[in-house]
Parts: sequence; structure tokens; C-alpha cells
Amino acid sequence: MNSISTDICIIGAGPVGLFAVFEAGLLKLRCHVVDALPQVGGQLSEIYPKKPIYDIPGFPDILAGDLVNNLMRQIEPFHPTFTLGERVEGYRKLDDGSFVVTTIDGTEINCKAIAIAGGLGSFEPRKPAIEQLESFEQGKGVYYMVRDPETFRDQRLVIAGGGDSALDWTIFLANVAKEVTLVHRGTTFRGAADSAEKVKHLHEAGKVNLVLSSNVTHVHGNGQLHAVTITANDGTATELPVDSFIPLFGLTPKLGPIEDWGLELEDNAVKVNTLDYSTSEPGIFAIGDINTYPGKLKLILCGFHEAALMCQGAFKHIFPEKKYTLKYTTVNGVPTL
Amino acid sequence: MTEDVRVYVEEAPGQRTEVSGPTDMGLSLMELLKASGYDIQATCGGMALCGTCHIEVLAGPALDEPSDDELAMLESLPVMSQGSRLSCQIRLTERLDGLVLRLMPQNT
Repeated sequence: MNSISTDICIIGAGPVGLFAVFEAGLLKLRCHVVDALPQVGGQLSEIYPKKPIYDIPGFPDILAGDLVNNLMRQIEPFHPTFTLGERVEGYRKLDDGSFVVTTIDGTEINCKAIAIAGGLGSFEPRKPAIEQLESFEQGKGVYYMVRDPETFRDQRLVIAGGGDSALDWTIFLANVAKEVTLVHRGTTFRGAADSAEKVKHLHEAGKVNLVLSSNVTHVHGNGQLHAVTITANDGTATELPVDSFIPLFGLTPKLGPIEDWGLELEDNAVKVNTLDYSTSEPGIFAIGDINTYPGKLKLILCGFHEAALMCQGAFKHIFPEKKYTLKYTTVNGVPTL
Repeated sequence: MTEDVRVYVEEAPGQRTEVSGPTDMGLSLMELLKASGYDIQATCGGMALCGTCHIEVLAGPALDEPSDDELAMLESLPVMSQGSRLSCQIRLTERLDGLVLRLMPQNT
């Protein structure tokens, strides 16, 4: 089990979570950042890295991906540590008032304060509406993402989807699996012409089965997936023996386990006190798109402001006896940890 | 002063709610639906990149054809019907008056 010790555990590696590392660093507070996604940047990296953003002060326009890169440069002096690709599941409060944050993979982060910067929540895979699908999750044959391609070595696979990731993984896994069948509801792939062309060539070469105008409609098995039913748009159904089924229909954000933390919520967001963005649980703060308060604006700009005030609040929570005097970076430069 | 455009959200078969909005503010249908209190995430902010404003057009006036970007996103979703559209890609104009739509479930 991986165990980490830090001052503030920041849940969410989006722009607001990253900037919180900077603000915490100015107060000499160490941060550990956890994110369910395998890379930093949150929505900016996952959904729109090439989107220009126009309301970041000092940047008439900046691409979302570049903003993330700049933030990573900005927080470098504070040596934050990261746990990426692991979703936070829960926390427990210890007798001394500190917390232990736990992830789905068993990582534990001992910290004195928690800053939830979870944006719209954790990005979860969109699941097709197939009965019994969930009973084959957890390694029993249904996978919504490819963490380790070796899992599928020499297997019979069915991949469903019409987006880039369905095409990309079909191409990649054609060289790993024994048999790959790509099932797509439509007749064309609009996403990446190049990938679609490669899949077509693999199909012509007999390396990939391409089933168009069809959907996977049923899954079969007894504790372990052993077949899927593919139903064509004309109603014809075919049962196909498989070892694994990978539906790839993109990600959608959900509040996730934080919903069950007992924090006061409103409209699927965490209620905070705008004095320091503290939640209903002392020592737990929430900043960025995940929080709500009167007048809330879901802007990166506002999240940065919230991060600055949150860190002041976290400092007071961690060191109630210490007096903090605001120091300006223009005078003092950026200290390091 | 332009008249507001009226569209109808079908919440259940036969149960329609009228929402209306101005046509002179450059709004999208997604923005109107959000402003009317409907639970639409619109994660990407209206760029046809996330599919969280997926609607199904049930009846009403003919709309402009979807762009390739919109179609690409719709294609990547688990469910797509003949009337599937991304509401962020539909501008609020007088031509929309009388449109009937339903919100598509978010996880499927």
C-alpha cells in the first residue's frame, strides 16, 4: 500500500487545483495532488486542450493545454507530488484532527487539510444501456478503458464505439489480441480520417472484424463474460464468443464518491463559506467548479481567486497559533519548499 | 425589439414545457435550456467536444444541417437517434419557434 504524508491533499489536478499548489507553496505548505485522470489539467487536458481561453489575466488568448503547461512550470519550485489515474474514494479523520485520504487503488495520503478541486467531479466512462453489463466489470470481462493492453493478450475482443478512442484501440489491440471486432452504430467514422483508414485496411487484411450499423445489445456469461450479442439496425442478432468487451463511448463527469462524504451539498455542488472556501467539515475546503455559493461563477479566473483564499484558510486551520503576514511575490520572489 | 422564440421540452410523453428566450443575444439552445433550469452540464462550454448537451429533436421546424464536428461527437455517444443534436450547436433564432425536443440521458 502506498502511503504519502503532506500538508494539503488537493483532489483534482485541473487548473484550479494546480494553482492551489502555488498559493499553498507561498505559505510554505506542501501539497499532494490526486486525480482520477492519468494526466494533469482536468477538463483542459481531457476535453479541450486546443481550445483558446480568453479570460485569463495577462493572456489575451491562451490554449487550454498551454495554460496547464504554464501552471506546471509555475508550481515546479514547490515540488508537489502527484497520484494520477486513481480516483479518491474517501477519507477518515484522525484524533489529532488530521485526515487520511484514500484512493480506489489503496493509496493513502496523510494530510492536515483537504482541498477539493474536483471540477465537475471525476470523469467516468459512459456506459451503454446493456442489461447485466455491470456484473461483468471488475476484471470479469467488461472494461471501459484500456489501462494495460497486455490484459488483452491473445484474447477475443469486441470493441464498441465510433469515436477516436474506439478506432485507436482497435488499431493498437489488433497486434495484441487474438481477434478484434469493432462494432459501430453508424456506417462512417467521422472523428479521425487517418485512424478510420487504418481500421479499414486492417479489416481488409483480415486482422480486424468490422461490424457496422450494429450495436452490442446483450452480454452473456456466468461470473465471467463469454459472449456478446450484436444486433444489426435491421434487427438481425448474432451471438459472438468473446473474452473481453470494451465499450468506448467517452467520458462524462460525475460528482462521484465525494457526494457521500457528508458535506453540505446544493445542486450537485459542495456548499462553501466564501470567507475561506471551507465546507461544512472543518479542515475540508472546496474550490473551483465543484463548489457553490451565492454569486458563484464557474470560471477558471474565479477558481484561482478561490485557491488563494482557501490556502489562507487552510494555513489558519493547520497552524491556528501562527500569525501569517501577507508577503508579495513582487518583493519576495517565489520561495521554494 | 425582437420577439422571444418558444421551444418545447418534452419531459415525458405528452408532457411539454414551454421555454422561451431572446433571439438577439447570440445565445445557443444549450444556453437557453441551462438558463431555464434544465440539468445540462455543457462541460466543454459549447464547442461540440463533450456531448453533455445532447438532445433529441422530436418535431418542429427544419434545422440547419449539423457540422462534421457535431456529427463526430454524436457518433461517439452510446445512443444516437435520427433527431439527435448537440444543443450547443443550435443558434437561437426565430426559425426555431415551435421546436419540440427532449433531453437525452447523460450517461447513455
